[in-house]
Amino acid sequence: MNVALVGMNHKTAPVELRECIVPPEEGPTQVLARISEIHTVGEALFLSTCNRVEALLAAESPEAAVRDVTAFFLAHPEARSKDAADFLYILNGREAVCHLFRVAAGLDSMVIGEPQILGQLKEAYRVGLGGGFCGVILNRLLHKAFSVAKRVRTETGIGTAAVSISYAAVELAKKIFGDLSAKKVLLIGAGEMAELAVRHLAANGVREILVANRTYERAMELAKQFHGAAVSMQEIEERLKEVDMVISSTGAPGYVVSHKQVHGLMRRRKNRPLFFIDIAVPRDIDPRINDMPNTYVYDIDELQGVVELNLQERKREAVKAERIVEEEAVKFERWLSTLDAVPTIKELFERAEEIRRAEIRKTMPRLASLTPEQIRDIEAMSHAMVKKLLHHPVAFLKEPRRHEENRQRDLIFVRRLFNLDDPDQDTLIDAS
Amino acid sequence: MAVGFFWAALCAYLLGAVLYVLFIIKQHTLFSRVGLGALGAGFVLQTVHLVRVYYEIGYFPVVNLPQSFSFFAWALVGTFFIFQARFNLRVLGSFVAPLAAVLLISSSLFPVESLPQKPSYHSIWLPIHVVSMFLGNGIFAVAFLVGVMYLIQERAIKTKKFGFFFRRLPSLDRLDALNYGCLVSGFPLLSLGMITGAIYAQVSLGAYWRWDPMEVWSLITWLLYAAFLHQRLTVGWQGRRAAIMAIIGFTILLFTFLGVGTLLTGYHSYALPGGPS
Repeated sequence: MNVALVGMNHKTAPVELRECIVPPEEGPTQVLARISEIHTVGEALFLSTCNRVEALLAAESPEAAVRDVTAFFLAHPEARSKDAADFLYILNGREAVCHLFRVAAGLDSMVIGEPQILGQLKEAYRVGLGGGFCGVILNRLLHKAFSVAKRVRTETGIGTAAVSISYAAVELAKKIFGDLSAKKVLLIGAGEMAELAVRHLAANGVREILVANRTYERAMELAKQFHGAAVSMQEIEERLKEVDMVISSTGAPGYVVSHKQVHGLMRRRKNRPLFFIDIAVPRDIDPRINDMPNTYVYDIDELQGVVELNLQERKREAVKAERIVEEEAVKFERWLSTLDAVPTIKELFERAEEIRRAEIRKTMPRLASLTPEQIRDIEAMSHAMVKKLLHHPVAFLKEPRRHEENRQRDLIFVRRLFNLDDPDQDTLIDAS
Repeated sequence: MAVGFFWAALCAYLLGAVLYVLFIIKQHTLFSRVGLGALGAGFVLQTVHLVRVYYEIGYFPVVNLPQSFSFFAWALVGTFFIFQARFNLRVLGSFVAPLAAVLLISSSLFPVESLPQKPSYHSIWLPIHVVSMFLGNGIFAVAFLVGVMYLIQERAIKTKKFGFFFRRLPSLDRLDALNYGCLVSGFPLLSLGMITGAIYAQVSLGAYWRWDPMEVWSLITWLLYAAFLHQRLTVGWQGRRAAIMAIIGFTILLFTFLGVGTLLTGYHSYALPGGPS
């Protein structure tokens, strides 16, 4: 048994292709059921998100399973017409395991380290488990994948840096104010991104939200959403005295908050820090305000710069994560390879049991005077002999190997030693 | 011997410094936890050392420069423990531990000399004066380090260039709160140190105030911190300005402690080999 993976993602294929290899009328559960019907496939899992379509397989012959599943994916006429085969990736063994771990940890995602994919993978596994399509191997593999994702999250900083403008603003606010729960926010204008930033701030527990807008109705509407209060545009200067953060996104052609306004204000604020987040183009907040003590101004480009930096940071952290993935993939492969010895061990015991029974059958008729207890004793003795003789060969087979080739070689050796592959010869020996 | 405890304490502080520096680089709390343990062990060892020296010479052993350095390190680490318990700011250790190690190393570099015996050393006012003075110094040293941290962090946010420290240092608000905590706890200790110093002078020298250079500079330092505290409470000198003030204040304090003691002549002067006694 080994694992393999067939699929395409946002890096290898455009979205038109990703949608057409999965028949739109079928849900992931039906697709998985149909993949499992393919007789070369042992266990299967089907993952379909907006960025990837993948089938994870465990099979006696992964090559055959991959061939058949690929054919299934390309069965759709549209897929064939678009040469979808060129966009598919096929991964075997360790590569497939690594890939799954990377997907689970968000390393293969469009935004590195994003956590949604883990939830989607868990959902796919739930479907696979519910339908009975996942067995010993995939169960173990998926649980490993979830624990790898957890390890990556706790041992690297991959998910810590904000990678959206609104999150970056919240992150900065936290570096300035620490705890946001006692802070007051003034929202000027009602742009979509500003709203998003306020939503994040609200989620981080800011105390009060004030909304100022050119049309007072819209301000009231927004204020209601955030359980805040609406203020008029004329009130802004007065309100600047009491708030800690200002998020501005008006369509005004000039500055809404001038240097002079804030300059006169800071003394009355007792120099309490004031953080301006300017998401408007053209800008609403005079950038020179940033030069005053205890005031901070970030415009949209600067926030974008923070996001870029954080993305680079995530990429650096991803290198650490790749090491964890490699490490865990090796561990999984080792587990999988001990599994390969199992059929041989089973055969070994069957073979020995056959011989034991044959010898008992041959001997018993000549020992007619034995009591039932004595017969049981002879049975027990022969059992013990078989067990003890096979103890070391079995232990030898179960030993971990550094290289897969060594295991293959040893397995072949043991099979020849006990003549497991050509049992007919035994009868010849008996006859002679 | 007592010297053994001194060197053991020095090693513990050095180990603590290394661990805390590793902590700020690697961001693994294991380093800070073990580092805190090392500093704690060093503190206990140094306390044992101080007690033993006290019994050996019969008076509070802070009368010359090496002893002052050593006691400064002790006060700094002690202050750090209090602030660590109160504010739980691990990264502070990455700044405090190296400074404590440097202070103790400085102390160890002086040649061993026989300690003078003066009747005034046996006054009860000496330890009260010295302990409150040095705890104040320790707190203002922490304020200085916090001020440096504040300026680094503030610069990163203002210039929008986030370097090594941005993620590793706490929020500006937290650093400023710590600055304030230092000011309000350090200032009473400094005041107490000056008052008990005056009483000590009266008891041992017969005058409360003799315009000794150390007295004058201490008064300047005290007035400076009094001004900071006033400005902070009334006008709201917080954030950047408070950080700069903490740095200036500690620089003056360090001059009072080091410069006046070694460069200017007065009865506070440290008994350096070959120097005025």
